[in-house]
Amino acid sequence: MAIEGYQEAGVRKTVVRSVAALVGMFAFAFALVPLYDVFCKVTGLNGKVDTTAQAIVHEEVDQSRFVTMQFITRGSAGLPWQMSVETRQMRVHPGQTAEVDFTFTNNSAVESWGRAVPSVSPSSATTHLRKVSCFCFQEQQLQGDERLTIPLVFQLARDLPEEINTITLVYTLYPVQRIALQTDQNNNSAGDNI
Amino acid sequence: MAPKLPPQHPLQHSSTAVAGSQSQEGHAHHAPPKGILRWLLTTNHKEIGSLYLIFSLTMFFVGGIFALVVRAELFQPGLQLVEPEFFNQMTTMHGLIMVFAAVMPAFTGLANWMIPLQIGAPDMALPRLNNFSFWLLPVAFALLLSTLLMPGGGPNFGWTFYAPLSTTYAPASTTFFILALHIAGISSILGAINIIATILNMRAPGMRMMDMPLFVWTWLITAFLLIAVMPVLAGVITMMLMDINFGTSFFDAAGGGDPVLFQHLFWFFGHPEVYIMILPAFGIVSAIIPTFARKPLFGYASMVYATAAIALLSFLVWAHHMFIVGLPLTAELFFMYSTMLIAVPTGVKVFNWVTTLFRGSISFEPPMLFALAFVVLFTIGGFSGLMLAIAPADFQYHDTYFVVAHFHYVLVPGAIFAIMAGVYYWLPKWTGHYPNERLAQCHFWCSIIGVNLTFFPMHFAGLAGMPRRIPDYALQFADFNLLSSIGAFFFGASQLLFVLVVVLCVRGGQKAPAKAWEGAVDLEWSVPSPAPLHTFDTPPVFHRAQTHD
Amino acid sequence: MHLPWRWLLTMSSVASISQVQASSWNMPVGVTDVSRDIFGLHMTIFWVCVVIGVVVFGVMFYSLFRYRHSKGAKAARFHEHTSVEVLWTAIPILILVGMAVPATATLKNMYDASEADLDIMITGQQWRWRYEYLGEDVAFTSNLSTSREQIRGEEERSEHYLLDVDEPLVLPINRKVRFLMTSDDVIHSWWVPELAVKQDTIPGFINENWVQINEPGIYRGQCAELCGVNHGFMPIVVHAMEEAEFETWLEERKAAAEQEAMGVDREWAMEELMARGETVYQSICSSCHQSEGQGAPPAFPALAGNEQLINDLDWHLGRVINGVSGAAMPAFRSTLNPVEIAAVVTYTRNAWGNDTGDIVQPAAVAERIAQ
Repeated sequence: MAIEGYQEAGVRKTVVRSVAALVGMFAFAFALVPLYDVFCKVTGLNGKVDTTAQAIVHEEVDQSRFVTMQFITRGSAGLPWQMSVETRQMRVHPGQTAEVDFTFTNNSAVESWGRAVPSVSPSSATTHLRKVSCFCFQEQQLQGDERLTIPLVFQLARDLPEEINTITLVYTLYPVQRIALQTDQNNNSAGDNI
Repeated sequence: MAPKLPPQHPLQHSSTAVAGSQSQEGHAHHAPPKGILRWLLTTNHKEIGSLYLIFSLTMFFVGGIFALVVRAELFQPGLQLVEPEFFNQMTTMHGLIMVFAAVMPAFTGLANWMIPLQIGAPDMALPRLNNFSFWLLPVAFALLLSTLLMPGGGPNFGWTFYAPLSTTYAPASTTFFILALHIAGISSILGAINIIATILNMRAPGMRMMDMPLFVWTWLITAFLLIAVMPVLAGVITMMLMDINFGTSFFDAAGGGDPVLFQHLFWFFGHPEVYIMILPAFGIVSAIIPTFARKPLFGYASMVYATAAIALLSFLVWAHHMFIVGLPLTAELFFMYSTMLIAVPTGVKVFNWVTTLFRGSISFEPPMLFALAFVVLFTIGGFSGLMLAIAPADFQYHDTYFVVAHFHYVLVPGAIFAIMAGVYYWLPKWTGHYPNERLAQCHFWCSIIGVNLTFFPMHFAGLAGMPRRIPDYALQFADFNLLSSIGAFFFGASQLLFVLVVVLCVRGGQKAPAKAWEGAVDLEWSVPSPAPLHTFDTPPVFHRAQTHD
Repeated sequence: MHLPWRWLLTMSSVASISQVQASSWNMPVGVTDVSRDIFGLHMTIFWVCVVIGVVVFGVMFYSLFRYRHSKGAKAARFHEHTSVEVLWTAIPILILVGMAVPATATLKNMYDASEADLDIMITGQQWRWRYEYLGEDVAFTSNLSTSREQIRGEEERSEHYLLDVDEPLVLPINRKVRFLMTSDDVIHSWWVPELAVKQDTIPGFINENWVQINEPGIYRGQCAELCGVNHGFMPIVVHAMEEAEFETWLEERKAAAEQEAMGVDREWAMEELMARGETVYQSICSSCHQSEGQGAPPAFPALAGNEQLINDLDWHLGRVINGVSGAAMPAFRSTLNPVEIAAVVTYTRNAWGNDTGDIVQPAAVAERIAQ
């Protein structure tokens, strides 16, 4: 070994510390996943809204201005559902609580599960949008040919910044990976034989 | 070259020796193995350094050939030679090979050869770990290259492998790509640990930290960066692996994840990674310029601080790769400011090199030619980097050939020229011969022409609107691409000259003395040329005045 | 704060335009206030770099020439000079602060998508763009219209090679248009250089952006994020026109959409469906499944001679309508109307020797989608 006796202890110390640091950094990388969510929720920085219900805050409604709420629904590949909203646009005062109905239709004959993933723009509006009741909080299950109407109840915070006068809320409907055997064919990846 | 047997060491059976310390005793009593076994089992820093360098040079050509496939297709508008799918694999593999198999191992090879010599240590702190670190690389890259032959082809999502293109929509070989990257990452991490342990604990008595040559300093800082960020890369690719194979949704909106999270995590690794690829280059150039200007390096201390500042700042700039992803305004501004700031210490280093030249006594041997070209051309790459830092302007530059021009300027006439400069500089020490000056000059001038002909037009192609990673392009980009392709083939061919110079030098040439270059001052020049297999078995007495204060 | 900096940038960009005339070498000035501001920032930082480069390289080359060892130069020994070092750290910082101020102003402006006159939803798909005029019921996809023959070099390349689409995005000038951007599959990026709009489209998330175009014209761009095999083949064309002209166009589009919707209820003949289906197939499906239905397995299955397709109409229709999760096959119910779906399925079932004789009526498709 090339190490002199007096250097041995130092080398061991360096190695132990380096290994501790790299294990720490590896753990840090994984910790960043929930940290990213926490950071985004606290700052509202990526348009990701809360996935848990929030209480209505009793605050005065700001009658002096309106905010246009836009609702957009989108489907995705692999889920034979239709998602629609009763109104594409709604004018709301900051501080006001409102309710909008969303309708889910399963166009196939077999049951399936889906999840609506929300996204808000501008992202600075996210912390000011309180969802009291939302279908996006959990997966939805529909039987074959079933149609379901679920409301979204939300409150727009009174302290919504003056500059924001249009908020767009988009829901993308995704299939949930638990699939009944019969629907398996619809969910094969392209690599399989068809 | 018959290896010298080391003197009997009283602490040879120290507790640091793990089971299998046969080699210690064997070393004292038997001749070391010959042939392939010698190279498979060597724990000698010089031999391992040579292994890294040969591996890196080979992979440089492999990655270079992939680039030539790309440039051949882009020679003219239209699809003539390859399908878009294969083209995407070529651009991806070119990037992966050059970053992980050419540039990083080359610097590691130079570190292995030169750090013990420059600090007066007999070898690296952990020689067997050193051997293991090297041999992981051929395994990793054999695996990576083999993915090209797997059904579905190799990785085709760019060397930055953004999700979900690299997870949900990726070819079947992606899991092997991830495994290969894990193995290469372990190699880098173990190498970094070894380097830190060596530098911190094995300097010759009397050598303070602020006495160390800058190449040692830059590698020390680089090694810290590696330990900090390679595990993050490991974390990201593990998350990818889980998304692909185990049904998690780190980067998949459908399951509550976020593709942008991938980018944050990747670039948290990725930005320090590019500094990992350039800091050792700064160290090499900081050795060569004072040598051939026959003048001490200007501002040694500020060079050390600037390098440390760059390393620290490199953790705070990652999202400048993501200016157009939809970051919130506050974040966008923060990253713009921090990115602009990092130009300052980098600029300071360039000023220091130029001031070292000022009122020196300058000669233009091959190492100096490459080092000077580095200063000019890396700085040009730095200018385009500064332009990219201006976030609003970046909306027009991002994902165009302007970015490709920028990073190729800092990596090719940047990192690669510095590596070649280092090789030309230290070849006399390794082989005992000077490299053939005429051939080296020819290599230099051909490389200068090639590199600029290839990459300068890319600035204009990008400004004119050409996106990255496309196999075919609109007609207004044709002239720029024509020039770039010609330049690329010319540059590629010129590198064969480099191989020739190296091979000839190993086999013979004008004899070099211990102090091969008149202005050279560091410790390595006090041992014979070629350096014997074992050097500094007894630590040298280090005199501060030898180097700088 | 905004105005003086805009003046400075405009001046430098005006000065630069006259000097750097060869516009094919430089970023376009563009047709929006934002693009002009960005051009100004670009030219300013460019000239800053040129000046610094001239000074630094000037000193360097001077030194290389003047202090040559071969001419007997004797090296000095100095290796530090505190005041100079402080100066060359402080001056760059000041220059950067100087640049940061107008850059910040421009960025703030770019982020302010409020008070828009028109909202457009842009969806990136593999490998086309979908445009929806929110609140107007006008929506269509925009596909590359450059022919395969031109790409392979069998035909002469047109002036706008690779930058031509079947349906451009039509926008009014002098109106603030807000873009909501997302993707159906992987990350794409919508970029038009002359509008200085570039934004990644992230699947499952929306980004917003805006533009106000000052001059009518046709502006072309490309996808700017690697998104798979045809990343280089999904261009963007924006046709900006006077407001009145735009209103007319919008009305015509709405009328055409209504016409199409009415076509759903009637009975279609085989020849009509085959003709329509072939058009849809070539512009939408052939980029993956190839012009003769041969596909590119395993990623893109062959349709010609495909047993399961031939034997199972219901399954075939389901694949087209709902797509395949986790693969490149999108859910075409959100991209194609029932007439187009019926036509392309009919075509696929009868072309290339498949010859099932099946006819799919638009009404059946509409029922299945159950709007």
